[in-house]
Amino acid sequence: MRIKTISYYFREAFQSVVRNSWISIASIGVVAVSLLILGSSMLLVMNANNIAANLESSVEISVFLKDQTTPDQIKDLENKIRAMPEVTQVVFISKQQALEEMKESFGDKKDILSGLEEKNPLPDTLRIKTITAGQVAPLAGEFESFAQVDQVRYGQGVVEKLLAMSKWVRAAGLATMILLGIAAVFLIATTIRLSVYARRKEIGIMKFLGATDWFVRFPFILEGMVLGLAGSLIAVLVVYFGYLSLIGNIQLSLPFMQLVTDRDLIKPLMGGLIGLGLIIGATGSLISMRRFLRA
Amino acid sequence: MIQLQNVTKVYPGGNKALSDVTLRINKGEFVFLVGPSGAGKSTLTKLLYREELPSRGQIIFNGKNVVRMRQKDIPYLRRKIGMVFQDFRLLSQKTVAENVAFALEVTGASNREIKKTVPAVLSMVGLAEKAGVFPGHLSGGEQQRVCVARAIVNNPILIIADEPTGNLDPETSWELMKLFKEINRRGTTIIMATHAWDIVNAMKKRVVELTGGKIVRDEEEGAYRYED
Repeated sequence: MRIKTISYYFREAFQSVVRNSWISIASIGVVAVSLLILGSSMLLVMNANNIAANLESSVEISVFLKDQTTPDQIKDLENKIRAMPEVTQVVFISKQQALEEMKESFGDKKDILSGLEEKNPLPDTLRIKTITAGQVAPLAGEFESFAQVDQVRYGQGVVEKLLAMSKWVRAAGLATMILLGIAAVFLIATTIRLSVYARRKEIGIMKFLGATDWFVRFPFILEGMVLGLAGSLIAVLVVYFGYLSLIGNIQLSLPFMQLVTDRDLIKPLMGGLIGLGLIIGATGSLISMRRFLRA
Repeated sequence: MIQLQNVTKVYPGGNKALSDVTLRINKGEFVFLVGPSGAGKSTLTKLLYREELPSRGQIIFNGKNVVRMRQKDIPYLRRKIGMVFQDFRLLSQKTVAENVAFALEVTGASNREIKKTVPAVLSMVGLAEKAGVFPGHLSGGEQQRVCVARAIVNNPILIIADEPTGNLDPETSWELMKLFKEINRRGTTIIMATHAWDIVNAMKKRVVELTGGKIVRDEEEGAYRYED
């Protein structure tokens, strides 16, 4: 392709954006709003996933051992569990440690527990962490069958609910993203169709002058991409700076909220939005052009 | 150069525009297409530049079969044909020079070529000093001369003019005909569909008369007279 032709494409695309400025502004607005919603819902899903992942990773299995278990048996059991592929961490908490922990959690009311040292009712415990939360329930069932194990606790029910919620948030987020993406493409297609319609005379002239279909189509695709880019840049700026100031405020007032603050995670999302804006613009133009060229 | 062989055109809906037309036009000819409205003049020209496909029959243009031509070859066919319409079809937001340059741009011509060719063609049609004016500020005759400039800038081998004087007053029409005569003298074939009987009578060129989609008369140095 010649430089001359390429410069023609760009000149036509930009001239058209300027000439049809109202339609262009409408298109940019539609892209910006769509991608704004898209970007915000993506950030919401990212954060929901992040919180879910944090909660999931804090879930652990407490295995209470029978009173008469010997230290050798405990060592054997610990090694056996550590050898399991799903297990990431095994911590042994002795009766004494368990009591210390309990005292600490009671703070200045720890006197209530005095006297328990002689006849400690707390069992020796193994605390086990798994790679994913989904592995907790089946693993807990397995531990229950071990001879030295008295009881297994892992916040039964809570993990299952958390997992179901996390799954649901992911699914709903994905569905929202897809629906909004499709809606954006069709809104762009409609607005670019207006632009194409406004220039249908020009297209007719180009065709009888012997312009190839791609020559006719390309400035419109470029125009769509320029509009998509402009819209996505607006969306990205609003989402990015809006989000940064939002997490700034939340971290001040709700410091326990585990939000995504890593800019290396947010930046690809912003890049993705810009790429999506370009694709939406080009796709919208192509859809609009199809009808006008096959005449 | 142009050969229509038993060409019939029936539009969707059953309107029969051309019926078994056979016509041969040689290189360098000047042909008037005359006949009442709806006789098939416009349809015949549309078939030549593949705006429409015939229902039956074959069309050969410049050694190529227009009917069997693939979609992607159509633009290259049209670059060999200059079009002039009754309604001008100029781009109002482009200047005179830009409108003419546009015909070169769509073919991917170089900037240098455009800068060289456009002023030459504009001075040939007598609009050299109007190069920077927008079509809306020109008279009808001037606009039509811009169209002629745009039609000839690609050095086409055929000019198709569909009632080019339809919107012009008699005096301006004659100016335009002088231009066509000059273009024809330089070797370009011209097919002109028209209702302007005085022009046809005065030019003394080949006249092909269509009535109801059929060729009813084809004579050298003919006159208009389809009423009698």
